[in-house]
Amino acid sequence: MAYTKAMAILPRPSRRTFLAVGGLAALALGAGGAWYRATHTQEARGFALDGEARAALHAIAPAILDGALAHDPARRARQLTSAIDAVEAAIRGLPQATQQEVQDLFGLLALRPARRLLTGVPTGWESADIAHVSAFLQEWRVHRLKLMRSAYGALHDLVLGAWYAQPASWEAIGYPGPPKGLA
Amino acid sequence: MTARIPDPIEAGMKRGWRVIDASLLEHDRTLEADVVIVGSGAGGGISAEILARSGLSVIVVEEGPLKSSRDFKMREADAYPDLYQESAARKTADKAINILQGRAVGGSTTVNWTSSFRTPDATLAWWRRHYALAHATPDELAPWFAMAERRTGVVEWLVDPNQNNDVLRRGAAKLGIATAAIRRNVQGCWNLGYCGMGCPTNAKQSMLVTTIPAALDHGATLVTRARAERLQLSGQKVEEVVCRALDAAGVLPSGRLLRLRARHVVVAGGAINTPALLLRSNAPDPGGQLGKRTFLHPTLISAAFYEKRIEGWAGAPQSIYSDHFLATGPIDGPMGYKLETPPLHPLLLATTMSGFGEQHAAAMRDFAHLGGMLALLRDGFHEDSPGGVVRLRSDGMGELDYELNDYLWDGTRRALLSMAEIQFAAGARTVQPAHEKAQRYRSWAEARREIAALPQRAHVTRVVSAHVMGGCAMSGDERRGAVDPAGRYRGLSNLSVHDGSLFPTSLGANPQLTIYAITARLASGLASHLTGRPAAALA
Repeated sequence: MAYTKAMAILPRPSRRTFLAVGGLAALALGAGGAWYRATHTQEARGFALDGEARAALHAIAPAILDGALAHDPARRARQLTSAIDAVEAAIRGLPQATQQEVQDLFGLLALRPARRLLTGVPTGWESADIAHVSAFLQEWRVHRLKLMRSAYGALHDLVLGAWYAQPASWEAIGYPGPPKGLA
Repeated sequence: MTARIPDPIEAGMKRGWRVIDASLLEHDRTLEADVVIVGSGAGGGISAEILARSGLSVIVVEEGPLKSSRDFKMREADAYPDLYQESAARKTADKAINILQGRAVGGSTTVNWTSSFRTPDATLAWWRRHYALAHATPDELAPWFAMAERRTGVVEWLVDPNQNNDVLRRGAAKLGIATAAIRRNVQGCWNLGYCGMGCPTNAKQSMLVTTIPAALDHGATLVTRARAERLQLSGQKVEEVVCRALDAAGVLPSGRLLRLRARHVVVAGGAINTPALLLRSNAPDPGGQLGKRTFLHPTLISAAFYEKRIEGWAGAPQSIYSDHFLATGPIDGPMGYKLETPPLHPLLLATTMSGFGEQHAAAMRDFAHLGGMLALLRDGFHEDSPGGVVRLRSDGMGELDYELNDYLWDGTRRALLSMAEIQFAAGARTVQPAHEKAQRYRSWAEARREIAALPQRAHVTRVVSAHVMGGCAMSGDERRGAVDPAGRYRGLSNLSVHDGSLFPTSLGANPQLTIYAITARLASGLASHLTGRPAAALA
């Protein structure tokens, strides 16, 4: 997978080889989920993100929230942690079958070969930067496979939904919140 | 601080209402009544009041929780998980359409935006002609509409529309497109704009504050947090409704079962859950129609940015509409659409706006200047608009498979164009359709050129729905409907369907009032059949 830093900073990346493997992507999504389920016992309280799956969300969320997150590193880290906790809480409110699908998606993202194949992120999620992540999200948005587009949709809705549900995000968008006397 | 708002639920509980929160059950339970009603929304609520007032013992079972005005804090983070199916993230099988449906006592009426329309004449004419529903005339239904409107406080809304709705009025007027005011089911409305999170002032006359309290005052029992799992059938009869109690969050079964036994069962779980319950129960379906022809009013969204402040979160969310694009073509021609306005709140807006990162954040920073418009496509009237199919997922839950085809995509393209033209006519500086490949367009000329060229595809074009209809169509012709004109499910002698799944097509209008009127008529017929006396009217 030829994927260099120089390519990653291009604002509109051209189609890359990882996109040619669409059929494999569909297979990998199922396999990733199965692998994740086999190696991660779900806690009794339900869905939980851990290990490489949580690291994937930690890498993806800053790209989706770019422009909304604070620049100050300490504040940004706190914001990210609370957003990711909110994503997890939102997932736990979904029906079991949907939780399973989300688990499958993160299971796939946690698998090293699948990650490289589908996202072009060459090394671990800890080292993925916003440009890397934005590039694959842009491709997934309009991917020729429905499955990849729906995976993008899930990440988009989970992360942005969790972020803007938080009153802490409202000042930046000029939303006053519900009427004070009643709320 | 404002004075404390009277809470009719709290008051009723003090009067001794029979309410069972199934999430608290420590043992399995069996309950009996004359009639069990599955679902407490528009159809279930109306049926419950009529049957209970007619002297029948009634059990209403609801999957969602019993919440009331004191719980309605106007926060999306709480409202969606508490009050909506699947935390407001229910989707069609391929995830291409997001579906908003209520799941709480009062069903979708607890969270709808109060728009109250009688069934369009053209829709009724279609049902008479193609579905052998002779009674589906404006005159025949008029007394039922009048009763439902009185019960749910439907009024002409004389307050000025908020800016978000006024954009539709002004822009359309500039183009010679007729608009009108939407009637609303409210009494003493504070014009806050948070109808979708449960009315905090009890102004909205939903089932939660009208028919359900009336039924409870007449001795009905309400069971909450219990999911109707299956109908236990014996020959041509339903013997009992087997329900699974849910945990307090309403996600997982608690392990407790409820068996609800009755002479007659009314299913009113909405147009995905009703067919799903019947499918899980292996209900007879000789015509192969159960769960078929499910319609959504597939809805397109266009955002526009204005110089002046719009503040789409404030004020009655839907007060202006246009039927121009329904009325100008034949009902079975190219797909027509109704134009309306959505309320704008941060979570729903952020998830609806396409894109991510800085581009998305920039649009959100303009929130106060952003106006939204909706086009609801009228599906089900053309041979290329067969609707979707409800089927069961591996976990037994219902799921709607709705294919978006070229006939529909022709409608979505025209709808996005119409909305952009109206928004520019109303003074928009930029317009951005909810579409992954759309940009912020700076003029109508640019928008017209670019929108016409946008690929229309699942997920790439944002499609949503708040109106699920059909799947158990009512018809005088047994080949065209699983349910007869009296609301009886064909092949089961003591089962009725009383909800939006009865509709043979979509409506071309927001459905609550049609469900109220039709189920009031059906429930009255059922009450008189079961008691041998004329049915009592709604209050």
